[in-house]
Amino acid sequence: MSILKVEDLSVKVEDKLILKGLSFSLKSGESHILFGPNGSGKTTLVGALMGLPQFEITSGKVTFMGIDITVKSVEERAKLGMVMSFQNPPEITGVKLADLLKLCLGKSATDAFSEEEKALIDAFRLTAFLDRDINVGFSGGERKRSEILQLIFLKPKLLLLDEPDSGVDVESLRLIAGEIQRYVERSGSSALIITHKGDILDYVKAKYGCILLDGKFHCFTHPTRIYEEIKKLGYEECVACRIRTTEGWKFEQGK
Amino acid sequence: MKVPHQVLEETYKAGMEADEKDRSGTFYHVDQSTIYSKVNELFQGKIELMDTKAALQKYSWLGEYMWKLVDKDKDEFTRKVAEDWSGGYFMQIMPGAEITFPLQSCLLITQKNLEQRVHNIIIAEEGSKAHIITSCVQHSSVPKASHLGVSEIYVKKGATLNFTMIHQWSENTLVRPRSAAEIGDRAAFVSNYVCMRPVRDVQMYPAAFCKGADSTVSFNSILYGHGNSLLDIGSKAVLTGKGSKAEMVSRAIAREGSKMIIRGLIDGGSADCRGHLECRGLLIDDEAFLQSIPELIARKKGVEITHEAAVGKISEKEITYLMTRKMSRDQAVSLIIRGFMDVSILGLPDALNAEIKKIVEASAEAS
Repeated sequence: MSILKVEDLSVKVEDKLILKGLSFSLKSGESHILFGPNGSGKTTLVGALMGLPQFEITSGKVTFMGIDITVKSVEERAKLGMVMSFQNPPEITGVKLADLLKLCLGKSATDAFSEEEKALIDAFRLTAFLDRDINVGFSGGERKRSEILQLIFLKPKLLLLDEPDSGVDVESLRLIAGEIQRYVERSGSSALIITHKGDILDYVKAKYGCILLDGKFHCFTHPTRIYEEIKKLGYEECVACRIRTTEGWKFEQGK
Repeated sequence: MKVPHQVLEETYKAGMEADEKDRSGTFYHVDQSTIYSKVNELFQGKIELMDTKAALQKYSWLGEYMWKLVDKDKDEFTRKVAEDWSGGYFMQIMPGAEITFPLQSCLLITQKNLEQRVHNIIIAEEGSKAHIITSCVQHSSVPKASHLGVSEIYVKKGATLNFTMIHQWSENTLVRPRSAAEIGDRAAFVSNYVCMRPVRDVQMYPAAFCKGADSTVSFNSILYGHGNSLLDIGSKAVLTGKGSKAEMVSRAIAREGSKMIIRGLIDGGSADCRGHLECRGLLIDDEAFLQSIPELIARKKGVEITHEAAVGKISEKEITYLMTRKMSRDQAVSLIIRGFMDVSILGLPDALNAEIKKIVEASAEAS
């Protein structure tokens, strides 16, 4: 069963074609790891899946839980259960983190957090930030922790995570990745995680990995194996490599 | 610090909620004197509040404070008030007194085509500390009205006066406040202006004269222009006192057919004075217009006056970001607007902050 199905997806950013006819599916209840060098189109892919307006879909079809969402708004996608974390989330002056977290939980500004919610905010080491303006003066790690906590509070069915592990220290990585895994496991939801590093694989259980290079997919296989190859050979060599399977992950082949 | 809620409720009854009910001018007038006596009772020995005309009869010395800071011949509006005026309020904060209270002052316009002309005098005596909030509310059924108000404010040696004005006019009102303040040695004057509801035309340019050594003035404004409002809001600080300082912070939001001009002038006239002006404007759509005009003058060596101004359209990136958190576009815009109109720039104590925040948010919601 796939939660997301992408057929022949092409995406333009400011008149430049970034993604060229991508087709793939994400398996329900599984985490998927997307590798790729800078500028390969990874952020464009999650942005286009989420429906962000700067990413213009020029062809193809995106189906989420059986619903064609190709022309649906960001809000509609979010309400269906698709969420994304931003690599560079905006600073919003005057809007407090506490207020945004409450909105994510579907609460109003005057509602209080439950004990369980408070405990999670504390675990994310964000209690001291509740009264701060969103992302204003937050460090890289604080931004990532805030992003992931917001997503967990939104109770999504599919998490699109754009480099949740970049710019964070070892301890934050363990926390972020551990909480992602805990949420995915408990809720049976799916994830697509963009990363440059393999460390996240120590915490997130993922069987499916692939490489995006020059707007096209290469090498669908186990993420640990991909990471080992990239470390040894680099991206260019890796995509031309020995274990190349470009036709998609195995679970796809039966369809 | 606590807001005396008894007064607050009285003032709300008299004004803020009154625009929803049909209320006659006479009845309001009765209510107003009730408030004056209630305030005087509650703050006995700390404050005296009365009608300016009555005060002039009671205190012969008060004449010296009239038309001292504002020039009678400044323009047609000051001339009109000088010729014929209906009253206003006189407020004296006693030496060393510390008070915080919201005052529903003066200005409920109910009669049709009424041209209101008032003259207010505020004296913060030496060493006093006061937070005053006044709100001018207008009956929404008045088809065409104007408000001409002259205010002269004296902040004496070592006194602190934080004066917040909330204007809630109707779409048909012409508003011409003419205010000026004189600030003495080590005295501080904070002038906050909040304008949330559509208004026909407001033009104001209050002046502060920092004459005392180490005197300071802050002008802060939160302005929300919508409908066909025309808001031309400025402030002027003239720094002649040794070591005097001025700070101006404004947050302006313009949408629909509104036109807003935000001015600020800091005139550095003493060698070691300091000033900073900050203006941030947010445009919600392509119909509105927003202009920021900062002016800085240096007359002496070593004057340090700076400004930062930024006007721009609401950020699509911020809107989209919030939409990924299951918000609709409208909800996202409203959240950004409410955040932008950050009441903490007004420097009020928590209790008053919460009251103002409520008014600001209610207006943002309603639009």
